[in-house]
Amino acid sequence: MINEGTKEKVGFGILFLAAVLVVIPVLLIIWLIVSRGWSALSIEFLFTMPRDGMRAGGILPAIIGTFYLVMASIAFSLPIGVMAAIYLSEYARDNLVTRTINLAIINLAGVSSVVYGLFGLSLFVIFLRFGTSIISGALTLGIMTLPVIITTTREALRAVPKSYREVSLSLGATKWQTIRNSVLPPALPGILTGTVLSIGRVAGETAPILFTVAASYLPNLPRSPFDQAMALPYHLYIIATQIPGIREDYQYGTALVLVGLVLVINITAVIIRSRYRRRK
Amino acid sequence: MSRAEVKFQIRDLNVHYGKAHALKSLSIDIYSNEILSIIGPSNSGKTSFLRSLNRLNDIEPNCRMTGAVLLDGKDIYRGISPEDLRKRVGMIFALPIPLPRSVYDNVAYGPRMAGIRNRKTLDVLVEESLTAAYLWDEVKDRLRSSALKLSGGQQQRLCIARSLALKPEVILFDEPCSGLDPISTGKVEESMMELQKNHTLVLVTNNTKQAARVGTRTAFFLMGELVEIDSTEKMFTAPIDGRTQDYIAGRFG
Repeated sequence: MINEGTKEKVGFGILFLAAVLVVIPVLLIIWLIVSRGWSALSIEFLFTMPRDGMRAGGILPAIIGTFYLVMASIAFSLPIGVMAAIYLSEYARDNLVTRTINLAIINLAGVSSVVYGLFGLSLFVIFLRFGTSIISGALTLGIMTLPVIITTTREALRAVPKSYREVSLSLGATKWQTIRNSVLPPALPGILTGTVLSIGRVAGETAPILFTVAASYLPNLPRSPFDQAMALPYHLYIIATQIPGIREDYQYGTALVLVGLVLVINITAVIIRSRYRRRK
Repeated sequence: MSRAEVKFQIRDLNVHYGKAHALKSLSIDIYSNEILSIIGPSNSGKTSFLRSLNRLNDIEPNCRMTGAVLLDGKDIYRGISPEDLRKRVGMIFALPIPLPRSVYDNVAYGPRMAGIRNRKTLDVLVEESLTAAYLWDEVKDRLRSSALKLSGGQQQRLCIARSLALKPEVILFDEPCSGLDPISTGKVEESMMELQKNHTLVLVTNNTKQAARVGTRTAFFLMGELVEIDSTEKMFTAPIDGRTQDYIAGRFG
């Protein structure tokens, strides 16, 4: 018979190992791309166009393309997502319509990204005639991130104490004034967290942009939202699989830039969030 | 006691939350410039009653009510917006709930929502309200710092000041001292006595001694019904109903 103390220790050990196990892949990924990609980083790599069939030169168009896609898709999905979440959390009553909307959001979150790509292709590229373009890609990615933004925003709004709403209403504020002045401000950090998660996903997705925006190589930078663009994840796929004899550090360098770009955007969001918290 | 003018007339008021019948055909008059204390055990409908006077029950999706509540003779559920009503009928909650903003911005919240933007007008309102709530001297040097940094007692007086900034005619207190120490309680009660000169106050309290100290009249609620209402002195010395007597003597509740 094993005594209870030993069982406790074994149980604790297994739980601890499971927690450590989560960290290992993260560290491995970072170590892998930093150690193999670091040597590729240079001013030329970050700020010039590719040369020699993408075997040399830089990855500027892919960086710019991903940056545009992130910004444009967030500009589309953040306002719509936040407004939808406000409606669902503050105004909607529990009825058939609300339950249907909730079901739609859950299903939207479960759809695989390649299906989003196909959807974007048929709706934006073909039916609305936006063509293979930044706008088509950004809208597709925006729709894909809506469930994340709606869900996190709704949770952030629900976490605001009911008493804030009651105090504000008891001071003669209308419902909308209450939401704008007493509910949204404390919920803002939570909303930003959802946005950060979405940015990471938008920047890294390959399948949706494959159908709607991405080009494997373009000689010029995009000049309008209706131009095609290169993007980091797709560029990474192309140079890793389609171009024989490319230097390995170019592939890992591209991955490093992709991770770094998401990190920079996320840090910016965190700084905005902490500034906001300090202000009150 | 003199029959002063009636501020609130409540007639045959019933409040339901879903299946729970919180208030049962309640009729009560509240006079101008009195402090009406409402005592009773928990679940006796005291807070439901208070919340029907400023229509805060409206935000509960499963709340239904019948009957009439008249303020200065006008039905508050018809012909007046809840926002305008709540400017005239302020409310202080059981726990002090400062909004996460500065002392100044807390007090100026109501007036700003009502559309007052003028800096000087707001300055005057803030100072007047904080003075009336006996808080001005303690916070005048830190109007810009967060209201969350004040002590519990100061926070509750801040909430009173915040209500006063709207120049209400009636102030509803929902167990305002339940989270406060005796000294802070004393200060809140002191400001209530002062406010009585220009306001009508309704005080829900679990503390019968508090009702005895500050109430002009006292009402005893039980299971959603009004058992007895009379001058505080009479209620505490010679109540008519046996249940009132038992409750005040601490035999139940």
